[in-house]
Amino acid sequence: MIPACALAALPRGEAFRLDTVEPPIAVFHTDDGELYAVDDTCTHQDASLADGWLEGCEVECPLHASRFDLRTGEVDAPPAKLPVRTHGVVVEDGTVYVVPSDLPPNLPPGARARTA
Amino acid sequence: MRSVAVVGASLAGLYAARALRDQGFDGTLTIVGSERHRPYDRPPLSKEFLAGRMTEADLALETDDEDLGAEWRLGVRASGLDRRDRRVLLADGTSITADGVVLATGATARTLPGDSPALEGVHTLRTLDDALALRADLVPGRRLVVIGAGFIGAEVASTARELGLGVTIVETAPVPLARALGGEMGTALGALHEERGVGLICGVAVQALTGGDRVDGVLLADGRRLDADVVLVGIGARPEIGWLEGSGVELGDGVLCDSGGGTSLPGVVAVGDCAAWFDPGLGHHHRVEHWTGAVQRPAATAATLLSGGTALAPAQPPPYLWSDQYGRRIQFAGHTRPGDSVTVEEGDVAARSFLAVYRREDRPVAVLGVDQVRQFTRWRRRLGTVNTG
Repeated sequence: MIPACALAALPRGEAFRLDTVEPPIAVFHTDDGELYAVDDTCTHQDASLADGWLEGCEVECPLHASRFDLRTGEVDAPPAKLPVRTHGVVVEDGTVYVVPSDLPPNLPPGARARTA
Repeated sequence: MRSVAVVGASLAGLYAARALRDQGFDGTLTIVGSERHRPYDRPPLSKEFLAGRMTEADLALETDDEDLGAEWRLGVRASGLDRRDRRVLLADGTSITADGVVLATGATARTLPGDSPALEGVHTLRTLDDALALRADLVPGRRLVVIGAGFIGAEVASTARELGLGVTIVETAPVPLARALGGEMGTALGALHEERGVGLICGVAVQALTGGDRVDGVLLADGRRLDADVVLVGIGARPEIGWLEGSGVELGDGVLCDSGGGTSLPGVVAVGDCAAWFDPGLGHHHRVEHWTGAVQRPAATAATLLSGGTALAPAQPPPYLWSDQYGRRIQFAGHTRPGDSVTVEEGDVAARSFLAVYRREDRPVAVLGVDQVRQFTRWRRRLGTVNTG
């Protein structure tokens, strides 16, 4: 279980990028108050989903508008072809923790390590 | 409608075929493509694919389990359209008659004017085969001259620099990308080249290419000569519509369409780089040459075709493009024209990470981001709401 951020620092409608893990993980707080964690890197091409557009239980990639269901990681709209990996989220004492998946990630071809 | 022929097997053609099936069309679907390849994604051709970080298989647009129930006619060019029976004539002498036709033949890279003999080492970049040929020529230590400082030229310059070539860009206009981004921001993006040691020569036209069998230099209009082992001509693209001349489809800078992709002929629609849709916001026909247009517009195109033109064309979001250069992510959405004000709202131009908003009479009309993805996403959404909602 990896601490991500304080729940108070992640208002509804916002996302947090946990980049102390490789590959980075994005934690979303939906407008309905649910928390979801998925791999931050779009499976299509190198882009951060935490920078994307959160709507309901879906995130739209900021680069090419692929959409992923945060509950399952499945692709709701192309060009992405593969799902993003989902992770568990636990809140304890006001801190958001991520329980990383032990499945292999679906990283995009050609992705380079982010410098920022 | 029992049969549809989609002419063009790239992004717009594939998305049109998908949209037709999604909207319930269960008739005969034929997809014609001039290239021998299944639909593939072009943007990486100047970036990850050219750099060798993506393979041909990575470019595939179709998913492994996708089945459109279509007949694919690949590697054959369309040569004409007979309006009487809506028959698409193909270069191999065969033809396809269909109740509906989708024109999605895209665009072709422009070449230098004049009919100078073809020199080895001179490239354009539009197709996978172009990219393979260019990639084979980008050998570390060689000197590359890029003609044209547009997005393709800039991306190839960036990739070639990364691969270890010496690179110089020559641009006829005084400032790169001025028509797309305005002078101030064009200058800001031009600086990205110079700080990575890529030469940028603006305001000078190319006189001629020199060489025997293979190119060895680029002669400029001011008398200068640049040594070159490889030349990329990146001076834009022209719509691939020559095959439609005389067909009765109204043509301008592209196939002239209404705001839902309908052409001047019933049962014939057009989408993607070959199509100039009427833009109600701009008040004229406008060809959107961006990837996003070829993804977003096929749904309306299919609806126009299947409804016989009675479907109400939805407002289209503002045009959006992205470019990756020297590790920086550049994004632009909207339309700008001379006279728009530009203000930097986030970050700092000097730090090469900023967000700039273009306004006309105080109304935001466009936004440019360099390494400001999150803020850009919000602004792009806002533009779509302001200008189409």
